[in-house]
Amino acid sequence: MNAASIEGKTEMQDTIAAVRRFLNENFLMDDALEVRDDTSFMEEHILDSTGFIELITWIEEAFHVRVHDEEMLPENFDTLANIARWLERKRMEAAA
Amino acid sequence: MRNPAMSVEPRFPALHPGVLAIDCEAEAARIAARMREALVSDLHRRGFVIAMSGGIDSSVCAALAVRAVGAERVRGLMLPERDSAPESLERAIALADQLGIRYHVEDIAPSLEALGCYARRDEAIRAVFPGYASGWKSKIAIAGGGEGGFNYFRLVVQSPDGEQRDARLPAREYLQIVAATNFKQRVRKMVEYYHADRLHYAVIGTPNRLEYDQGFFVKNGDGAADVKPIAHLYKTQVYMLARHLGIPGAIREAAPTTDTYSLRQGQDEFYFALPYERMDFALWAYNHRVPSDALAAFLDMAPELASFVYRDIAAKRAATRYQHAMPILAGSVPEVGP
Repeated sequence: MNAASIEGKTEMQDTIAAVRRFLNENFLMDDALEVRDDTSFMEEHILDSTGFIELITWIEEAFHVRVHDEEMLPENFDTLANIARWLERKRMEAAA
Repeated sequence: MRNPAMSVEPRFPALHPGVLAIDCEAEAARIAARMREALVSDLHRRGFVIAMSGGIDSSVCAALAVRAVGAERVRGLMLPERDSAPESLERAIALADQLGIRYHVEDIAPSLEALGCYARRDEAIRAVFPGYASGWKSKIAIAGGGEGGFNYFRLVVQSPDGEQRDARLPAREYLQIVAATNFKQRVRKMVEYYHADRLHYAVIGTPNRLEYDQGFFVKNGDGAADVKPIAHLYKTQVYMLARHLGIPGAIREAAPTTDTYSLRQGQDEFYFALPYERMDFALWAYNHRVPSDALAAFLDMAPELASFVYRDIAAKRAATRYQHAMPILAGSVPEVGP
């Protein structure tokens, strides 16, 4: 594994940790429910539609990115891993 | 001869235009009897108060109330505010006159003004569109769910010279606009219960099945009531009943609007994924476990879109469970109830 991929992996883990912290503090209130990287927020009733709006507003502010309307899809934001991948794509687009 | 044991029957009923057909006379009689029984046996009140918006649902409920207990025991209320369309009031008054019921018109705008309804709403709108000022109009519109995404809301504003702009609402502003606007339904309900208390009447709630199922109401606002006579009827069925009950064409032919925002806003634009004529069939199909492909074929829409509509129905039902929930107790009080 080269330095760039290690750095990328660490960045994704940091992203996942930050989003998990946001969910814990705002929606789970330190509930015992474990949010795994692939836990579906919709299927586990962690977020409803208002919750997703709050999550996306927070992502835009915390990561200084713009979520376009057509990007507001479960495949981008319904799990921690999806969010991390989406943010990674955004970073790569910005760097290109 | 086919062996019945070997035949494969579909595990869902056929979806066809007649699935929503009802026997209007039998249904009206059944509802009226249930309303009368509820008033006497459950609620112990002497009549019904109904807020009449000039729309189809409250008009049908008013006519059913008259059928249930007679015009002299029904009191109509028209509760317009600054953003209500004038023609809504005219339609409501015409119906009250036709039904022969007494009614009161009370402008709730001063109460809303005092509560800061308009100021709080406009403050949130200005956070998105700083130029929004007196003379501008606004509405919010749902997006996303019908296309397979998350539901979110767009804010649409129109300047006095007619120029429209729109933007996706961030969480904070969305919640503040909805919270401020909900004052309207809650103030109306306070006035309804004032009259119900002084007359010792019961309050009628007017949601149809789409609204009741999908949570299209304000908790402790228009969601509060003693009786909800048409909550089990699809909107298409409400229209059938309206014709049967002699509701005027002006009401039956008016497009369903929320009558809540200053820019004209259809109910489907605000909340539902499809216009009610199609949404009714979608909800019926979903409730009867009809596969989304069959719904798509029936409504002549792309199979993917039909699956999005199903997903949206489930998401709204889950998200609005809170709207229906009774207060949660930390311990049981068996002497009173759950």
